[in-house]
Amino acid sequence: MIKLKLDNVNKQLGGARILRDVSLEISAGEFVVFVGPSGCGKSTLLRLIAGLDSICGGDLLIDGRRVNDLEPRERGVGMVFQSYALYPHMSVYDNIGFGLKLAKTEKTSLRERVLKTAQILQLDKLLQRKPRELSGGQRQRVAMGRAMAREPDILLFDEPLSNLDASLRVQMRNEIARLHGRLGSTMIYVTHDQVEAMTLADKIVVLNGGRIEQVGSPRELYERPASRFVAGFLGSPRMNFLAAFLHAPGETSQVESLVLGRTTLPVDSSDLAANTQLSLGIRPEHLSLKAAQGTTGLVVSGVEYLGSETYVHLDTGQDEPMVCRCEVNAGWRIGDRVELQLDIDNLHVFDAHGTALKRRAIESLPAGVAPHPASAGVL
Amino acid sequence: MSPRLLKKTLLRLGFWCLIGILLVYAVFPFYYAIVTSLKPSSALFQVSYWIDNPDFSNYAAVLNQASFLRAIGNSLVVALCVVTLALFLSLTAAYALGRVKFRGRGPVLMMVLGVSMFPQVAVLSGLFEVIRALGLYNTSWALILSYTIFTLPFTVWVLTTFMGQLPHELEEAAIMDGASPWVTLTRVLLPLLWPALVTTGLLAFIAAWNEFLFALTFTLTDSQRTVPVAIALISGGSPHELPWGLLMAASVLVTVPLVILVLIFQRRIVSGLTAGALKG
Repeated sequence: MIKLKLDNVNKQLGGARILRDVSLEISAGEFVVFVGPSGCGKSTLLRLIAGLDSICGGDLLIDGRRVNDLEPRERGVGMVFQSYALYPHMSVYDNIGFGLKLAKTEKTSLRERVLKTAQILQLDKLLQRKPRELSGGQRQRVAMGRAMAREPDILLFDEPLSNLDASLRVQMRNEIARLHGRLGSTMIYVTHDQVEAMTLADKIVVLNGGRIEQVGSPRELYERPASRFVAGFLGSPRMNFLAAFLHAPGETSQVESLVLGRTTLPVDSSDLAANTQLSLGIRPEHLSLKAAQGTTGLVVSGVEYLGSETYVHLDTGQDEPMVCRCEVNAGWRIGDRVELQLDIDNLHVFDAHGTALKRRAIESLPAGVAPHPASAGVL
Repeated sequence: MSPRLLKKTLLRLGFWCLIGILLVYAVFPFYYAIVTSLKPSSALFQVSYWIDNPDFSNYAAVLNQASFLRAIGNSLVVALCVVTLALFLSLTAAYALGRVKFRGRGPVLMMVLGVSMFPQVAVLSGLFEVIRALGLYNTSWALILSYTIFTLPFTVWVLTTFMGQLPHELEEAAIMDGASPWVTLTRVLLPLLWPALVTTGLLAFIAAWNEFLFALTFTLTDSQRTVPVAIALISGGSPHELPWGLLMAASVLVTVPLVILVLIFQRRIVSGLTAGALKG
């Protein structure tokens, strides 16, 4: 069931177009994360849905009803703010119950609902406290309680964890995930933290420059990015990109690049002309290293030890070194010469506009079968 | 004694000397008024700086004048009305000026500031005409109206500044909770602005309480006069006698309520002047 639908939504502020033709459907009960670099319009989009900002063009539908001109409280949405924005002079009880009180809820049922909300969020013992007497995590929970108390169908979160320290952030992330499982309400969550996006989302919406780049499950986005932007945005350390050009277009493409030499890749480039500029993308975990003979191969320019894994930086002559994720006891050291082995199946090819070229045959490749030796580019 | 220690001691000594000078400068006139008010008129012109044997006859005389009590009552009514009116108007104005972004906000604020720069004397005759036209001459309303006009620019500016410092998300949270602008103002923002309201309210009260020129011009009869005018018009037995004792006693009586008010709200004022750290 479609809970919320955005139809060609536009937003302008002054002369700047903040959102351009955003169309999106969100099903009931879904956990959707808007993610993107700062200034991409993700918070604005959330505020449009909340009703805090007005929509300049297009329609916003909730349960099939156009809500563009409705007040926030009439839309059935609750919102958790980045800085919590708790009412400093009210107790936790009053903070949670304020919306209900304004909606003229009867006293006993108000009390009941506040207590129930507090119980879900484990705030029962803190109800008489003022916000200043609470820790960061507790304030965060009160903010969620205030958004939940009126039992909105849609809960909006605007970077709710960015004010917390690292360990608390992980804990609250899990709590939000549990809460979603328990309430089953539709949640829309804005963050710039890709770990939050990957772990929480049923569906990730990647925004860039006011436009939706790609919508999909975390796995789809990670494994099949539709654009170079998405490929580079998700994943840490980020995907390696190599400049390349198309040698022979066709249903399988012959591509020539600096590090890989000439390789045949299973992507469809029949629309493109020969010698078009391309870029190849490969994630650090899809590279493996082997000691090189003599003076061939690439030079290790840096090693980052992270405890569970090591990132080896390779000098390719490009601005940025290539990063390869290795086991800790692989023992590479700066100055070593290595040969690069990569997994053709996980190589992404993007055209000059950054759009991913369509893959061929890969999907039909039986799982567990190693790529054909000839297709493994070895340097 | 080592030179360093000597220097430190001297600096400290100088510091306290400076404080002493400032204290005498600020407090001595008031102190001398008290001393004078406690002397019988026969002892008035013997200079002494201590209260030897207090004599309350001046106070008794002042408090026995019905017109003086009446004037205190008038002053109280006028000052309280001015404070209420000015705070209400400036609070609502500050909400608009401090929270809502609209075209011409800057010019409006500048205009408010500009108006407050006119000296009282410059607008006196014009205001007199206005008050005559409104039929308010020789009533408390004349004073309430004119004092409010002169207090508003200040209160609006102070409250706008405070209002602007409150986090924006607080208001948005209230909107999400379904609060109208009026509810947001009164139930979310107002409680956070208390220190600022007390500060500005008190200053407005003091200004209205002490004002002399308008009070002299816009009131005529004893029954409508406020305290500053009443004191100025206290006269002695003959045109050549100034009853200093009575004047001082009346001044002290009038100043004491202000001092008490300031002492009560002192902590509020300080926290009001330094507020801003309101992060929820």
